[in-house]
Amino acid sequence: MFPAGAGGIRPGRCKGECSLDTNASIKLRNITKRFGTTLANDRCWLDINRGEILALLGENGSGKTTLMNMLSGIYYPDEGQIFIDDKEVVIRSPKDAFDLGIGMIHQHFKLVDVLTAAENIILGLPGKGRLDMKAVSDKVRRICQTYGFDIDPDQKIYDMSVSQKQTVEIVKVLYRGAEVLILDEPTAVLTPQETKTLFKVLRNMRDDGKAIVIITHKLHEVEEVSDRVAILRKGSFVGDMPTKDTNAREMTNMMVGRPVALNIERPDPVDPKPRLEVRNVNLTDEEGIQRLFDVSFTANSGEILGIAGISGCGQKELLEAIAGLQRPDSGSITFMPEGQEARELIGLTPRQIQQQGVVLSFVPEDRLGMGLVGSMDITNNMMLRSYRSGSTGFLDMKSPRDLGEDIVKRLEVVTPGVTTPVRQLSGGNVQKVLVGREIASAPSVLMTAYAVRGLDINSSYTIYDLINQQKKEGVAVIYVGEDLDILIGLCDRILVLCSGRVNGIVDGRTADKEQIGLMMTRLEGGEQEGGSANG
Amino acid sequence: MSILTAWINRAIWFGTVIMFASTGEIITEKSGNLNLGVPGVMFLGGFAGFAGAYYYENATANPSAAMIILIALLCGFAAGALGGLIYSVLTTTLRANQNVTGLALTIFGIGFANFFGVRVLGGGTSVKAAFARSVFATPIPGLSALGHVGNIFFSYGFMVYLAIIVALVVHWFMYSTRPGLNLRAVGENPATADAAGINVTRYKYAATCVGCGITGLGGVYYVLDYGYGTWSTANSIEALGWLAVALVIFATWKPRNIIWGAYLFGLLYWLYNYLPTLMGFSLPIYATQMFQTVPYVVTILVLIFISTKKKRENQGPAALGLSYFREER
Repeated sequence: MFPAGAGGIRPGRCKGECSLDTNASIKLRNITKRFGTTLANDRCWLDINRGEILALLGENGSGKTTLMNMLSGIYYPDEGQIFIDDKEVVIRSPKDAFDLGIGMIHQHFKLVDVLTAAENIILGLPGKGRLDMKAVSDKVRRICQTYGFDIDPDQKIYDMSVSQKQTVEIVKVLYRGAEVLILDEPTAVLTPQETKTLFKVLRNMRDDGKAIVIITHKLHEVEEVSDRVAILRKGSFVGDMPTKDTNAREMTNMMVGRPVALNIERPDPVDPKPRLEVRNVNLTDEEGIQRLFDVSFTANSGEILGIAGISGCGQKELLEAIAGLQRPDSGSITFMPEGQEARELIGLTPRQIQQQGVVLSFVPEDRLGMGLVGSMDITNNMMLRSYRSGSTGFLDMKSPRDLGEDIVKRLEVVTPGVTTPVRQLSGGNVQKVLVGREIASAPSVLMTAYAVRGLDINSSYTIYDLINQQKKEGVAVIYVGEDLDILIGLCDRILVLCSGRVNGIVDGRTADKEQIGLMMTRLEGGEQEGGSANG
Repeated sequence: MSILTAWINRAIWFGTVIMFASTGEIITEKSGNLNLGVPGVMFLGGFAGFAGAYYYENATANPSAAMIILIALLCGFAAGALGGLIYSVLTTTLRANQNVTGLALTIFGIGFANFFGVRVLGGGTSVKAAFARSVFATPIPGLSALGHVGNIFFSYGFMVYLAIIVALVVHWFMYSTRPGLNLRAVGENPATADAAGINVTRYKYAATCVGCGITGLGGVYYVLDYGYGTWSTANSIEALGWLAVALVIFATWKPRNIIWGAYLFGLLYWLYNYLPTLMGFSLPIYATQMFQTVPYVVTILVLIFISTKKKRENQGPAALGLSYFREER
């Protein structure tokens, strides 16, 4: 089948100066990995060069992470070869990978919470039996100085912010003398400022001669930071090219395998009427920190109200207050159904809200924590919404199963069947199941928090379509998002939160990114010049 | 005063049994294995230690003290470690449920010891390893004669001091050495430890076997000193085994705390016998068992106290009780 000597079929296409088969420092050839019956990687090729930042691009479930996990020793390939500097290597464990100078920073940090940064960094390293933490801390500080990191080696991990934890992960890999750094979606959890700092550090490391691989599905990051981009689709290598020779459209098409329209539809709202009125809501959380200050706004039917803000500025608390999960200290949240009298929601539990006939749908940020039960299958997760219905003591299993099957079919959920635990689905498919269930209850208010976080382009657009469809049906949609381009493209109005305060509501059709970005970071004082007005 | 001294003596004997057992269990639990087979392992260790010593002293005309100590400790440790090996194969390699496996190990250990104990008993209800008992109970010469002070601190067999040394060494190992750090990481977050290049399976096996071996020494001390060197059809090893599991929680998984915790549990456990006499009243029989629950009640109170403090360092290992499988998604 394969031409002898060449090491297999040369797949995919190349554009510009193609680097395949050149003197790449790491070559992956014909790597195949199966999980049960699922083919995660199918005869995959990849080249990684020193002194270069490579972006590994692909949709969810395209096998990017699996491929890199095989390079870092977490998984072992079923077939294929790995060459480092033209010598074939066998990587059976993370330790083997370290010995070869390969280090991976996982999306879910692999850190022990109760240990300090320094303890985490030296974990598993060989050396004298007796620990000398002072020497370790000193070496960590030196590495931090070299590349411009800012962490305290003696701080416990559970006291750290997400970005600090990520820094610890990177330092950990550098401490082990890694020459090849693999970062799995490193920016997913970072604020724009933190992302900028990270990219600066990555460039420093590249200039130091290290090979950097960054797994991502955010095109603008590929364009911003990478030198070369390699694209995977459905577990196979599609092609690679220098980043400067390509553009977003081409990369998307290669990722998805067919042309994708990158425009978001925004139909004009039809007959918007106030549906949910939030007035002067203040909220203090369990730890006694005030999260919301005097928040007021109205969500209209047939309209998408976007909520923008730096993460942790009260978005979560606001949605949870509306859903009845957190109780505000003061203010009012009034639901105004069509042709019926208004109802006050504050003080009601989610179940009482439901019993009042108010259909509120909530797609929370934490899908598998608050939205779905990971170890239960799709049918049972559907039942979470319907288990109280019926008059007999027995559960109605049929209608949830039908609903599950319907969602799988309509939203193209990739799953072996409705009896598969949702934990085993990929992020995008989990989200489709959750959104599908929430809109199946025919809500009058739909709240989504970071609905497309961690989703690839294709899945994201499916979600936008679903949200738009709800809007057309007259649902009041509240969309909490982080990507300003999407917020501006999708929402009719955008409310900007800053430190728990409403810093203005702008029209999505006329708003610009700079203006919203400024509003997110700077609280307007008494003088509101051009703050809450249109830009 | 003599009653108080007797109470303290009793508490220290008692505490030494559970100090060994709990120190061993801490090592095991730090690797993420919640071994509820402690009573069974103590039975195994106690029986093997006794049987080894008993056969040795009956087979030899002039048994030597050093030899009998060596045989008893080796047999007890090996039998305990073997129990740990069974547990490790089932939970780490075959990924069986840890709670069920642990409880099964308790039943197995008790059954095994009593079944083969019949051979040692040879038809009677109890046999005594008199020489072994005398060796294990020999106090420190000279110091033990120093009146009350000597009585309280120096009137015990060598294993009382060995238990303290073992606990301190384990504490030092856990918090000041590289393998100790790795072990803690395995129990907290095996996936992280694995990604850091630590052989999770090997650590779990080693920690469980060594831990169970030390727990087995608790059984040896129970039979050869605390139980006056007698193997009988009736003993209270099981009750002490459960108390050792509680002591691990009480000590917030820190071997250092085991030392005073064990003696405190000893004082509380024997409260019913000494406090009434000390206070000058007598306790009705039915109330004694109620008084014996005091250590458990204290453990519950400590648990409540710890959970309100929300201090991460005082919680058990995060992955305690969970099997680890690298490729699980």
